[in-house]
Amino acid sequence: MKILYFAWLRTKIGVAAETVDLPAEVRDVGGLVDWLKTRSPKHADALANSTVVKVAVNQEHVPYDHPVGPGDEVALFPPVTGG
Amino acid sequence: MTVKVQREDFDVGAELAAMTGGKTGIGGVTLFVGLVRDMAGGEAVSAMTLEHYPGMTEKELEAIEAEARQRWPLDDALIIHRHGRLEPGDRIVLVATASAHRQAAFESCHFLIDWLKTRAPFWKLEATPDGERWVEAKDSDDDAAARWAKPA
Repeated sequence: MKILYFAWLRTKIGVAAETVDLPAEVRDVGGLVDWLKTRSPKHADALANSTVVKVAVNQEHVPYDHPVGPGDEVALFPPVTGG
Repeated sequence: MTVKVQREDFDVGAELAAMTGGKTGIGGVTLFVGLVRDMAGGEAVSAMTLEHYPGMTEKELEAIEAEARQRWPLDDALIIHRHGRLEPGDRIVLVATASAHRQAAFESCHFLIDWLKTRAPFWKLEATPDGERWVEAKDSDDDAAARWAKPA
């Protein structure tokens, strides 16, 4: 699975993208975020407050109960601030 | 109906002329132009860098524009959003809507910028005397978008 990070999630974690092998027990966005926190202290710090971690699966905004699978492109980012 | 995501500046007059040229059914155009301010939260801002999510940005802006076309009778709609490094006074975004009557043009333009601010994947990094900081999303932007939650 391809994971993308934007804005301060990218700078805190230190990479813009990574490819991960998803454990079978990770089935939805919430499970994915919890699992990503275990990858490093930087991940744990960046993802600590899930109210400011928004998620897109295959380039569409989704809630935390949205399913995820190995072929998905998942992006994690703070609330958007364009315009 | 057009969406452009680009580093380059845009010419508001040229875009308006292109939108309306030869289309004499249009009775009014509403334009919103967003600019980089030199102050934010009481601090001087010397530059702003806009990051975005290439691919999703275009898809999201097209979806927002399609929603506006469903809600209002529009002859045309245009969204141009810049990314990269900008300085105070620089143009960030242009939203333009054209319709036979002003109400649809005004309302749809307002809707587009409100929805864009809460849905399009852009993030602003401000350069201040104390260093760089990511702009935080405002509750007031969520409130503004929520006003359009029900179809007009």
